[in-house]
Amino acid sequence: MKAPEKSTGFPLPSSLQVVPGTERAQAAYPYHTQFSKGDDQRFWFYNSMHFPEPMSAFDMVTAEAAYCALGAANTRVHCLPTTLGIDHRIINGRVYIGGNAVTDPAEIARRTEEFQKRAFYYYANWERLYAQWKEKMKALIQSAQALPKPQLPEFEPLANVHAGKGVAANHFLLDTYQKTLEGYFRMWHHHFEFLLLGYGAYLTFFGFCKKAFPEITDQTIARMVAGIEAEIFRPDDELRRLARRAVELGVDAKFREGVPAEEIIKTLEQAGKPGREWLEELQASRDPWFNINVGDGFYHYHRAWNDDLSMPFAGLPEYMRRVRAGESLERPVQKLQAERRQLIQDYRELLGSDDERAAYDQMITLAHRVFPYVEGHKFYCEHWYTNLFFNKIREFGGLLSANGFFPDAEDVFHLTHYELKTAIIDLMSAWSNGSAPRGPDYWPRIVAERKAAIREWARHETPPALGPVPEVIDDPAIVMLWGITRESLDAWLSASGDADGKEVRGFAASSGVVEGPARIVKSVEEIARLQKGDILVCQVTNPTWAPIFQKIVGAVSDIGGSMSHAAIVAREYGLPAVVGTGNATSRIKDGQRIRVDGGRGVVTIL
Amino acid sequence: MASTEIIGWFADIGLHDRPHVGGKGGSLGELQRAGIAVPAGFVVKTGAFERFVRALEQDAPVRARIESLDPDDLGAVTACCKEIRARVEGAQLPDDVLQETSAAHTALCEKHSAAPVAVRSSATTEDAIDASFAGLQDTYLWVTDLAQTLHKVRSCWASLYSVESVTYRRRKALPEDGVAMAVVIQRMVNARTAGVMFTRSPVTGDRSVITIEGAWGLGSAVVGGEVTPDRWVLGKITGEISVREISEKLIQHVPAAGGGTESIPVAPELLEAPCMSDAELQALRDIGRSVERHYGRAQDIEWAVDRDTQQILLLQSRPETVWSAKDADPVARAASDPLSHVMSIFGGRR
Repeated sequence: MKAPEKSTGFPLPSSLQVVPGTERAQAAYPYHTQFSKGDDQRFWFYNSMHFPEPMSAFDMVTAEAAYCALGAANTRVHCLPTTLGIDHRIINGRVYIGGNAVTDPAEIARRTEEFQKRAFYYYANWERLYAQWKEKMKALIQSAQALPKPQLPEFEPLANVHAGKGVAANHFLLDTYQKTLEGYFRMWHHHFEFLLLGYGAYLTFFGFCKKAFPEITDQTIARMVAGIEAEIFRPDDELRRLARRAVELGVDAKFREGVPAEEIIKTLEQAGKPGREWLEELQASRDPWFNINVGDGFYHYHRAWNDDLSMPFAGLPEYMRRVRAGESLERPVQKLQAERRQLIQDYRELLGSDDERAAYDQMITLAHRVFPYVEGHKFYCEHWYTNLFFNKIREFGGLLSANGFFPDAEDVFHLTHYELKTAIIDLMSAWSNGSAPRGPDYWPRIVAERKAAIREWARHETPPALGPVPEVIDDPAIVMLWGITRESLDAWLSASGDADGKEVRGFAASSGVVEGPARIVKSVEEIARLQKGDILVCQVTNPTWAPIFQKIVGAVSDIGGSMSHAAIVAREYGLPAVVGTGNATSRIKDGQRIRVDGGRGVVTIL
Repeated sequence: MASTEIIGWFADIGLHDRPHVGGKGGSLGELQRAGIAVPAGFVVKTGAFERFVRALEQDAPVRARIESLDPDDLGAVTACCKEIRARVEGAQLPDDVLQETSAAHTALCEKHSAAPVAVRSSATTEDAIDASFAGLQDTYLWVTDLAQTLHKVRSCWASLYSVESVTYRRRKALPEDGVAMAVVIQRMVNARTAGVMFTRSPVTGDRSVITIEGAWGLGSAVVGGEVTPDRWVLGKITGEISVREISEKLIQHVPAAGGGTESIPVAPELLEAPCMSDAELQALRDIGRSVERHYGRAQDIEWAVDRDTQQILLLQSRPETVWSAKDADPVARAASDPLSHVMSIFGGRR
């Protein structure tokens, strides 16, 4: 038999089967996200960067909201010359996306004119617009925080009646739910207000460096641009502060590894004034800095530090040990800034001419201008706001499960946001007419079915891309946000035979070579398993994981680029790290000895 | 010992002495004065060569005979060169040259009269092609006594009278009076590891990386292409090691028992072991940066790690020429509207 030719393309969407037995779970996703015949003509890729695991029915709201906002910004607001928005399709819980390129030269010219009137205005007024953006985000966060907890009293409170409120409690379920959903969709518009422009300015400088210094590593360019006082470092900074305070207050002996956070807090409550004082300090740190979740914010089960203190508390004993050993845990901000200035200066001197140096100055100035947003927005959007959103939905889950709709509050995430509205209206009707809601007879079977489907989907590999390979990837959004180029597609096409190899490749995120036992950590519950000297292997790394970086000797992740926060934290800790491997957590077995070469982006199974 | 018209110690000479000490000698002196460790040594200057030729001319003409040659008469050139080379190699050194060179050799080798030295020709010509004919490759390693050393000095001088070199000079009608040769004599480094370093990427011309290649033993195995060296690429500024290619290094050159060098197999446990530690690579990078800074341009460098002292020594440094000649258009120029640079990303296919 003749071997199939390489680079002919990926499987067609129509050849992709829904896993048998999960058809009903698949049908839950909206009709416009189901693959159809015409989709075979287009190129799609699996968005494993943002959605590495099969998505539950509710969590799909993120794909809808994000692509609505991304597309609006690109297509209609900033009018990117060569691209419109992103289409998405869902199969087996996996999100496939495809770009809409603009190829007609006349149309590109027309859009270029619009783009420069819009985008250049943003660049020119960046600081003012970004300051305004922060205020908008904070206002949005406040209005989300102000939404009431959904509940149904037996009788409308007398005070409401006497006040002539005239609208009963059940209406406020719908009101709160709709506001919750509306806020989430709105948040994503804020998220994309600056994002592509920010990445574009960064990539302009990046592209210049790659041309001027063809062998420069991505991480070196990242170090020239990355902020040092970004919001994203604050949660870890707060932990260090708390560790120092605990030692100063003499309560540090209460923190022992393996003791649950709740128990430690109880002990401190009974530890007199110093204990209470530390707890007050904790409270001050938690709002807002513990509103950071342990993933990228795209899954309801990526809980925030505030909701699960086990992650931040896991880092405290080691920080306290270092404080007692006389170490200053303050980030050496001035030293880091001086190093960054020196790095920029040293590379500048290497350039071939004053012409090049002048261009370099212009480009890095713009990159520095935009970068606070690129780094800062995640804290407000993917972390703080997203936590509020999922927690509010969780409250609806609690109310519905209390009314017998499903066994557990978390089960709410197996309903789509359309279905959830139906369920809420079911409950509102039942409360109003005094009869029993129909949900308890309807949802438990569906929830069980969908849970099983997600487990099943997770067991099946899905192709990295579908459809014909485009000649050239010229869509700046896809190149910028997903790092997909014609070269990376060719690598995917040829990589299929290498699944048994000993090498796992990703982005070189933080240089150095280290060997050690791999510890596969798939969720926050597993972080306690990390021993000093382990190499962390996880799906997404995230700045919230910073406290555990002091325990490990290296890090490997499935997702993330050289500019991801994990890469930045690894560089600060001087740990070799390889990110964006795609499948390290499935190819490497827990406890296996591995070698991480962070300078080359290669992990070797020994 | 002081330098004279005949002898120039590395500490006393630099690039500007090139007319008297040649390119190689001047470069080694320059390095030492810039604070870079090089194996100790001195140059037998062109003054010595002049005295030698003058003595030779008293027996029979040398320069006039060369100048009378027709470069197209290969038979006559070959015969004449053969004869003159034989005279150069066989003649006695003038007394002052003999004395000063012997004394310098003794001072260099201190108590160990049999301490091995390298004898290397150091051409004075600026002309790269001529230099390469005039015995740039004439390097005699591991020369273990004075008599041999003096003999190799004459061999270096004799290389000026190779058929290729003479033919080239005749075609260009260069006066023989200006033709001279200096000879470097320096202590041999019994290298544990040796190799080359480029302060600009030989592959892409990138000025921000340093490429280091090295193998076990003496550098001749790497330079001569007899072994596939280990290869590293380091960020010049960051020190980040972005490429590590550790090769199977089958052979190494080592000093032979009776002088000279020999090729022997590498011990099995060292075959695929990196021949440099990370700390050594970083030290070498620092040296490369200093040399480049000193000269103000990218360098090609030969280096060695002393087997006994583990010290890194430079054997040679010369300016990089390939990429320097190519530098042309800037990657980008300043724009009147700095924002317009972003169109390189947003503007579509370029």
